[in-house]
This record gives sequence, structure tokens and C-alpha cells, in this order.
Amino acid sequence: MEAFLSNIDKVVDGFSWTVRLTLFSALFSFLLGILLTAMRVSPVPLLRGVSTAYVETIRNTPLTLVLLFCGLGLNSALGLSLAGSVAWDVFWWAVVGLSAYTSCFVSESLRSGINTIPLGQVEAARSLGLTFTQNLRLIVIPQALRTVVGPLGSVLIALLKNTTVASVAGLGVQEASREMKLMFDQGIAPVLPTFVGFAIGFLILTLPLGYFFGWLSKRVAVAR
Amino acid sequence: MTATPLVVLENVDKHFGELHVLRDINLSVNAGEVVVVIGPSGSGKSTLCRTINRLETIDTGRILLDGQPLPAEGRGLAKLRSDVGMVFQSFNLFAHKTVLQNITLGPIKVLGQSKAEANARGMELLERVRIAEQADKYPAQLSGGQQQRVAIARALAMNPKVILFDEPTSALDPEMVQEVLDVMTDLAREGMTMVVVTHEMGFARRAANRVVFMADGQIIEENTPDEFFTNPSSERARDFLSKILTH
Ligand SMILES: Nc1ncnc2c1ncn2[C@@H]1O[C@H](COP(=O)(O)OP(=O)(O)OP(=O)(O)O)[C@@H](O)[C@H]1O
Ligand SMILES: [Mg+2]
Repeated sequence: MEAFLSNIDKVVDGFSWTVRLTLFSALFSFLLGILLTAMRVSPVPLLRGVSTAYVETIRNTPLTLVLLFCGLGLNSALGLSLAGSVAWDVFWWAVVGLSAYTSCFVSESLRSGINTIPLGQVEAARSLGLTFTQNLRLIVIPQALRTVVGPLGSVLIALLKNTTVASVAGLGVQEASREMKLMFDQGIAPVLPTFVGFAIGFLILTLPLGYFFGWLSKRVAVAR
Repeated sequence: MTATPLVVLENVDKHFGELHVLRDINLSVNAGEVVVVIGPSGSGKSTLCRTINRLETIDTGRILLDGQPLPAEGRGLAKLRSDVGMVFQSFNLFAHKTVLQNITLGPIKVLGQSKAEANARGMELLERVRIAEQADKYPAQLSGGQQQRVAIARALAMNPKVILFDEPTSALDPEMVQEVLDVMTDLAREGMTMVVVTHEMGFARRAANRVVFMADGQIIEENTPDEFFTNPSSERARDFLSKILTH
């Protein structure tokens, strides 16, 4: 354990990348998820079709493949670059892959939230003269979000754990599990304590998140 | 009073798939008039109401508001809807907004009123439906009768030309029906143009200028309330009245 603790700065650095990956991916997944949902419920068949096709395809593709596609396909093979330095280039490609993947789950959660909103409220808003987008923005999404705070928390936790795939799936992004593997490879610390240490690190991040979202979902629940 | 038709339906037909829900409907409602629509379940009363603010489209025929055909979509449609108020059986208040916010949402977002202006007018309307003390509560904290009065205030806040009521009291406990009918009766007296689907005969007799009886998607009979309830001219209406009068 001492050997592990003496390398704690490496551990902390690894987790700091995990957190960064999670934060950026969460932000983009959330925005893209809202867009996909808006398309999915829009009156325009083409938009509905595109959204459905996207969600159904990506959601049913293993994350590893999505990330490999971003890393090996778009980044390496096609030479598309998102940043000057290699470290940031792969970082942003990982964010792209994780967001593309996670947004589907955000969208599915939101859609289930939308389905809980009584149609009558939507009609009432329409009968006041609100446009489709005003209706979504002012009536539907705010209420849908409140009902899906819990599920969105689970999506976020899954995203945080999924960041570990980004280092193995061709991208070699820096994050906690990669740091762990490096520590094994270099033999700086005994395997078992290192495992336990990293597992605890993930728990330190995920458990409070779970509790926070549980608390929040009670807090914002809409009484009906 | 010179009769200016505010709402006109001309030869309106509508199907839901195979089902012919509105058959050649001709109806005209004058400004300031209160028309009660009555008829058996499934006769098309709700559908009739909903076509007037285009929550339902029609197959053939024309609907005019203030002499203008209903716009099909876009800004024009939104404007039309803000001119035609609607009060639903199930209140349909916005559950995540307070009572006052429910009322001010339309004026602020659709009519472009300032928040202060909309709040002032909102409170005025809440006074009018006798519920001002509940302004900061959420809909779920109110009784059904209170919610429905809020819904009426929400419709009034848009300064509509006409308000459609679709069975506004049928989801209410009996002791709350009167408080809602009282508010509606006041509105009728003040000259609001109203189309009201209801089986409340007391209200029809007190407030309506005309009763329209529907069955199977058709208007079977139109008459003054007194004449309709005491001496209906059609067999269908007699039959229907005997059923609702006996329970
Ligand atoms: N969206 C819809 N799709 C298909 N059929 C519908 C739809 N809305 C109503 N209907 C049918 O159209 C007919 C007329 O319905 P409508 O709701 O207008 O009747 P109503 O006179 O208001 O009845 P009630 O007194 O029960 O409210 C009914 O047979 C109903 O089942
Ligand atoms: Mg009905």
C-alpha cells in the first residue's frame, strides 16, 4: 500500500483526466441529447427519421467500436485533427466518441420523460398560441428533465466509467485506468493494492454522484 | 344588438379514419353570445370545439373567425389560437409553474407583455375568479374547482375573442361544480363570447342564448334553452333529455 500511496500524484493525475473527459463528454452528450430528442418529437418526419436512425444505430454499437472509429478511423486513417498536441487530439476525439455514444442514452431518457407529460398540457400550451419550439422549451423539456434526473444521473455515472474504454480502444487517452495499467507495467507498485486504490478512486467519484442525483430528483420532482 | 357572427362553421366535415365524426356542421356564433353544446357521448362535441382553434383539422368546409378563414399553420395559427381561449375538462394546468406563472406565460411569451404588466393583469384575473390568495401555489396543491378557475383565468389573460369550454365541470367533485359555473355565468353576463360543451342544465338556462344539440356528428336541433329543455322538437333530443333528467 505504501508503494501505491507514494505514487499518489500519478493516481490523482489519472483521475483528473477521467474527470475532464467526463465533464466535456457530459456537456456535449447533454446538448446533443436534447437536440436528438427535439428532432425525435418534431412534426417533421425527416428529422424524426434521422434522429431515430442515429439513436438506434449508435446505441446498439459497442462503445469500443465507436471509439475505435473515432480514433483509428477519423483521427488516424483520415488524419482529421482536433488539436495541435497529440495528447489533446486524442482527448478531443475521445470526447467526440463518448458524446456521440452517450447522447443516445440521454435522448432515450429524455424521451421517456416526455412520455410522462400529459398531452393535455401540450395542447393547453398550443391553445395559448405557443409555437412548437416554445412548447418544447417552456413546457415539455423542463418537466421532462425533472422526471429524468435520476436516470440521467445513471447515464452520467455510466459515462464516467466508460471513459476507461477510451484508453484501450485505440485512442490511448490519458485517464485513471490507463494510469493504473502503466503503474502495473512499470512495476512501481504491487498489483493488489493498486487495484483496490483505483477502485476506491472510482467509488469516490461515483458514489457522491449517485447520492446527489437521488437527492436532486426528489428535490425537483413536479407534483401532479 | 347587431348580430356580427364571430365564429362561423360552414359545411364542416371530419373523419377519424372510417369514423365520420362531424357531418356537414353549420354553426354561427355571434359576438357576445353564449352557445351551449349538448349531446350524447361520442357525438362529436369535443371534436367540434377542437376544430375551432384548430387542435383538430377538418376535411372539408370552412371555419371563419371574425370573418377570416382559420390559418393553416405558422404565426397566423399561433395568433388565431391566442384569440380563441380553451378550457379543458382536465384543467391541463402546467404542473411545474405556479398559479400566477400559468396565467402570465401566454401574455409574456405570445403577446409580448412585460412581466410586470402580465403579473398585474394576472392578479386582477385571479381576483376575478376569486382565487388570488393561491397565486404562488402549484396546481397540484389546489382542488379541482380551484384549478379549473385558474384555467379560466389563464384563458382570459390572452384577451380572447371567444372561449371554448369542453365539459369544464365534468371532472369535478359535485361540491366544486357550482364555483366554476358561477365564474362562467359572470363571464357570460359580462358579454364574453362562449361555446360551452356541458350537461349542466342550470347553467344553460341561466346563461346560454342558445342550445345546440348534437348526435352522431350532426347538429340535430338548435333552440333557446327554455324551448329546448321543455319542448325539444326532435325525437333524439327528447330521448337524450329523458336519460339525463332521470339520474
Ligand atoms: N383522436 C381521435 N382519433 C380517433 N377517434 C377519435 C379521436 N378523438 C375522438 N375520436 C372519436 O370521435 C368520436 C367523437 O368524439 P368526441 O370526443 O368529439 O365526442 P364527444 O361528443 O366529446 O363525447 P364525450 O361526451 O364522451 O366527451 C368518438 O367516437 C371518439 O371515439
Ligand atoms: Mg368530449
